[in-house]
Amino acid sequence: MKRIEGLAKLTGAERYVDDGPADAGLGMGPCLWGMTVRSPPPHARGRVKEIRYGKGGGGIDWSKLVVVDHRDIPGLAGGRGVNEVLMIGTDQPVLAAEYVRHVHEAVVLIAGEDREMVRRAVAAVEVVVEGEEAALDYRVEPTAAQVQGGFDANVLKRLGINKGDVEAALAAAPIVVEGEYETGAQEHVYIECNGMIGWVDAAGVVCVKGSMQCPYYVLNALKHTFACDEKGVRVIQTATGGGFGGKEDYPSVIGLHVALLAAKAGGGRPVKMIYDRGEDMQATTKRHPCLVRHRTGVDRDGRLLAQDIQVRMDAGAYVTLSPVVLSRGIIHAAGPYFCPNVRVDGKAILTNSVPYGAFRGFGAPQTIFACERHMDVIAARLGMAPEELRRRNLLRDGQTTATGQVIKAHAPSPGTDRVALMDRALVAAGWAKKKQEHTAFNAASDHLRRGMGLATFWHGAGFTGSGETYLKSRVHVAGLPDGRVEVRIATTEMGQGTTTVMTQIAADRLGLAADRVVVAVPDTTVVPNSGPTVASRTVMVVGRLVERACEDLLVRVGLGKDAKGAVVGEAVRRWHHLRNAEGGGPRGELIGEAVYRAPPGVQWDDATYRGDAYGTFGWAAYVAEVEVDLRTYAARVVDFVAVQEVGSVINPTLARGQVAGGVVQAIGWALMEEFAWKDGAMANATLTNYIIPTSDDVPRGGIRVEFVENPYPHGGKGSKGIGELPMDGPGPAIANAVADALKEFGVEPNRLPLTPERVMGMMEKAEAAHA
Amino acid sequence: MMAAGGTPPTPMAGCTDVLAHWPGNLAGKERAYLDLSGVGELRGVRWTGTHMQLGALATYWDVVTDARCVAEMPLLVAAARTIGAVQIQSRATWAGNIANASPAADGVPALMALDASVVLVSGNGGAGGLEREEVRLDEFYLGYKKLRMRTGQLIEAVRVPRRPRSVSIFEKVGARRAQAITKVGAAIARSDAGWRVVANSVAPTVRRCRAVEEMLEAGAVVRSPLGFAAALAKDVAPIDDIRSTAAYRRAVLGRVLYFALRGKAGVV
Repeated sequence: MKRIEGLAKLTGAERYVDDGPADAGLGMGPCLWGMTVRSPPPHARGRVKEIRYGKGGGGIDWSKLVVVDHRDIPGLAGGRGVNEVLMIGTDQPVLAAEYVRHVHEAVVLIAGEDREMVRRAVAAVEVVVEGEEAALDYRVEPTAAQVQGGFDANVLKRLGINKGDVEAALAAAPIVVEGEYETGAQEHVYIECNGMIGWVDAAGVVCVKGSMQCPYYVLNALKHTFACDEKGVRVIQTATGGGFGGKEDYPSVIGLHVALLAAKAGGGRPVKMIYDRGEDMQATTKRHPCLVRHRTGVDRDGRLLAQDIQVRMDAGAYVTLSPVVLSRGIIHAAGPYFCPNVRVDGKAILTNSVPYGAFRGFGAPQTIFACERHMDVIAARLGMAPEELRRRNLLRDGQTTATGQVIKAHAPSPGTDRVALMDRALVAAGWAKKKQEHTAFNAASDHLRRGMGLATFWHGAGFTGSGETYLKSRVHVAGLPDGRVEVRIATTEMGQGTTTVMTQIAADRLGLAADRVVVAVPDTTVVPNSGPTVASRTVMVVGRLVERACEDLLVRVGLGKDAKGAVVGEAVRRWHHLRNAEGGGPRGELIGEAVYRAPPGVQWDDATYRGDAYGTFGWAAYVAEVEVDLRTYAARVVDFVAVQEVGSVINPTLARGQVAGGVVQAIGWALMEEFAWKDGAMANATLTNYIIPTSDDVPRGGIRVEFVENPYPHGGKGSKGIGELPMDGPGPAIANAVADALKEFGVEPNRLPLTPERVMGMMEKAEAAHA
Repeated sequence: MMAAGGTPPTPMAGCTDVLAHWPGNLAGKERAYLDLSGVGELRGVRWTGTHMQLGALATYWDVVTDARCVAEMPLLVAAARTIGAVQIQSRATWAGNIANASPAADGVPALMALDASVVLVSGNGGAGGLEREEVRLDEFYLGYKKLRMRTGQLIEAVRVPRRPRSVSIFEKVGARRAQAITKVGAAIARSDAGWRVVANSVAPTVRRCRAVEEMLEAGAVVRSPLGFAAALAKDVAPIDDIRSTAAYRRAVLGRVLYFALRGKAGVV
C-alpha cells in the first residue's frame, strides 16, 4: 500500500505547525511569537542572582510584550501552578528560578506580535549567574565541589544484572580480554525543529498543538504544572517532521512554555514558538554519551565463560528519561550470546550538560557498540575469525540471556536461527570473497585501505519489563455513520508510516478497502491513550490493539469476530440507523475498544532485573564494507548489508525505508557526528558545523536490506519492532570494518565517532606503540 | 552611495553568506546594504586576449558552464563544483568569496593559484569619474578578515591571466564528501610563471605556500608526506577550532600535497 500522506508531503501540501493560518484557525487574532531567554555561558551551574530586563533598550516597547518568568507560574494556574516538568522525575523546572544546572536553560519567556521586537527583547534580558564548579566530564569521578542534587558521586541511577558467579568464572578462565569503548552524543536533526502553539479556549481549557511524538506525555506535563485534571487540558499533534526520540520528552517543555505565555497573554490569544536550528540543537535533548568497560573470560575455543560489564552514561543536568535509557542499555550490553556468568553494572551520571534524552535505540546502540567491538577484539586475541567467534556464542533457542530470559520460539512460528541469519548476511555481503579481494587491493594501493566488519545484535521489542502492563494502553476503533471506521490512537505519524500501517491493519482485519478506514488526528479529546510513540512498539503493540479493537467493534454490531468485508460497513451503518431511529437520546458513538494485556508467560522482576526483559526481540546481522583514505584518514562506507528478523513485514517499502534511513543515521553517528563542547553546551550548533551524512556518504548501491519473517503471535499482524535495530548495528559493524582495513597498523577504533581526526590520532598512537 | 560620507553600505551580490545568518543577526539588520544585482556590467565571464575576467556578480555556476573555463581553467571549475550544491553555486559569486575573506574560502585558493588580481573601483571624491586599482589576490589579505581595500572601494572584477598550465590540481578535505566547509585545502598550478601552491583553512587567510613552491621549483626530492613538513611550518599556521585540529590540518596538508604531486617535480 502506498503511503497515505506521501503525496501531501512530496508536494508541500502537508501543514506542519508553522504552516497554518496566522491565527491558527482560532479566530482570536494572529499568533503571538514566543521566544526564550536562556541562561548564558560560561556558567554551566550556578545561582541566578538577577534577571535584568531592558538591557540595550532600543526600540523595545515592553508594554506590547508578554513576559513570563518562574514567579508567574503559580498565578497562571489559579495560584496552584507548579514549576516542574513532569517526566520520570519532577526535578527539571519549567523555567529556572534561583538556580541553573546547564547553559541554555530556559529562564524567561517573551511573546509579542512583532517577531523582530521579540528577538530584540530576548537579547535585552540579562540573566546574571554566579557560577559554581560544574561537573562536565561524566567519565571521571566528580570532586566534592561538583557533587550536586544530594546524589552520591552524582550517580543519578544505578542498575545491575547478575547471572552466575562472574568473579569465580573470570578467575578460572584461561583467557581474559579487557576493553574500553566510548560513544559520543548525537543530535536528532529531525527536519522540522521543535514547534508548538498554545492557547486557552473559551472554557478555560489549556490547549497545545504542535510537533510531538507523545501527546499524552505533554498532556500529563500540562496537568502537573497547571495542577488540573484532564478536563482542563487538551493536546493535539500536528504533522510532525521527524522525531527519532527528540520529540518524546522535549515537547513537554516547549508545550508548557507556549501554554504559560498563552495563559499570561489572555483573551484566548494563541502563542507560537518555533525553534530555529541553533536553539533546537543547543537546548533540546541528545543521545547519551556512554563509556563501557568489558572484561570477558573465554576458553581457547572462544566460548564465553564470563562477561563483566560496566556501563557509564552521561545523563546531563536533569533526570528526563535517563533511568530508562540506562535500563535498556544494560539489558542489551551482553549481546545476543549465551554466557553462563554475566554481571552488568550501570550508572547514569548527573552532569551539567544539556539533559540527554530519548534517541532511537534508547541506550542500546551504545552498549551494543561496545559488545560488538569487543567481540572482534576477543576474536583477534584468539586468532579466530570474528564470524566464527559469534557462531560459537550466538544464543540458541532454549538458552538464557543475561537476565535469565529463556529465548524460545513463539508457536506456531519456528524459532529464529540466529546463526543462519548471520550466514545470510555474510553471503549477501560477499564476505569471504571480499576479504580476499581486500588483501590484494590493500597490498597494491598506496593510500586506500578496504575492510569488512560484522555485527550480530538484538533489540528488545516494545517497553522493557512490565512497562506495557503499567501503561495499560487503550485503543478505539469507531464505526462512523457512513460505514467507515476510524482508528483512534495517540500513537503518532512522524514520518515513519504509522498512518499507513494502521490503516492497513484495520482494513485487513475488517476486510475493508483502505479508503474506508480513517486514522484520527491525535487529539487527546478524541483519542484514548495508546501510549507514547517510542520503543519500536507502535505496530507491534498498538497495531495488535487495533486488531483487537476491530474485533470488539464487530461484536458490538452483532457480527462474529471473524466477519469481514461489505457486511462490516453495512452493520456499522445499520447500528447508527437504528440508534437514530430509536431517537430521543443523544446520538451515540459506536466504539470498539481494546486494552493492553501482557502475552501469557511473560515474567519480569524490576527489583532484581531477572526474567523476561521483553516479550520478544528483533534479531539482526549487519555487514559494513569501508574504505579508508590514508591521505585524509577519512573512512567511508562503500557497501552495507542489513539482514533482520522482525516478525512479519507489513509494508515492505516502509520497512525497508526504516532500516535504510536508520543505517544512514547510524553512519553519521559512527563516522561524523561530533560535538564541540564548551562549558557543557554545544559550540557547533549549526548544520554547517554539526556534520550529518548526505546522499554522497551512503554506498552507491544503497543500503541492502533483507528481512527474515517469523510472525510474532502477539504483535499486530505478526510484527515485532523494526525502527531501532538499524541504529544499533552499523556503529560496531563500521568500526570493525575500519579495524579490519587498518589491521596492518594495529589500530583499535574503540571510540565513536571515527572522525578523520580521531583515526589519525589512533594511527599515531599505534605507530608510537610500534616504534 | 559607496563614496558618500559615513559608513558605506555593505555591497551584496549572491547574499549566500549574509542570509545564512540573517534571522538571529540583530546587528546585521541595523546595517545598510547595497544590492548590486541590477548592475548588468558586473555580470558574467569575459575573455580578452590576455585575461579571463569575472565580473563582481559572476557566479560559480557561470564558470562551471563556460566552455572556455572548462578547457583553459579547469582549476576554477573543480573548485566551483565543491562549493555547496547547485543552488549555492548558482547564486554565490567569486567576488563575494573574496570579500567575505574566510580562511576556508574555496574560490580564493583556485584564483590565487592562477595569479588572479582584484579590480577595485571607487568614486573619485565627487569629481564624477571612477578610480580603478588592481591588487594581486596573493597580496590582498593583510590578516584575518583584513583586506587591502579602502573604505568606499568596491570589487568590480577579478582578472585571471591566460597562460598554459601544465598542472591544475584542486584538493578539498571537508568533514564529508559534499556540502562541507573545507578543513584543509590546496590549489596547485604550474605555468611559465612557476609553481603555485595555495592552501586554505590553515592560516588566518588563504595563503600561498612559498616555501613549498620553492622546493618544487628547485626539484627538491620529497619521499613522503613528511618531506613537506619543514616548508609547511614556514608557510602555514593552522589552529584548533570547532571543525578540526591544528595537528590534523598540518599533517593532512602535507599528505594531500604529497599524494597530489607524486611523480611531479622532485616528489617521488
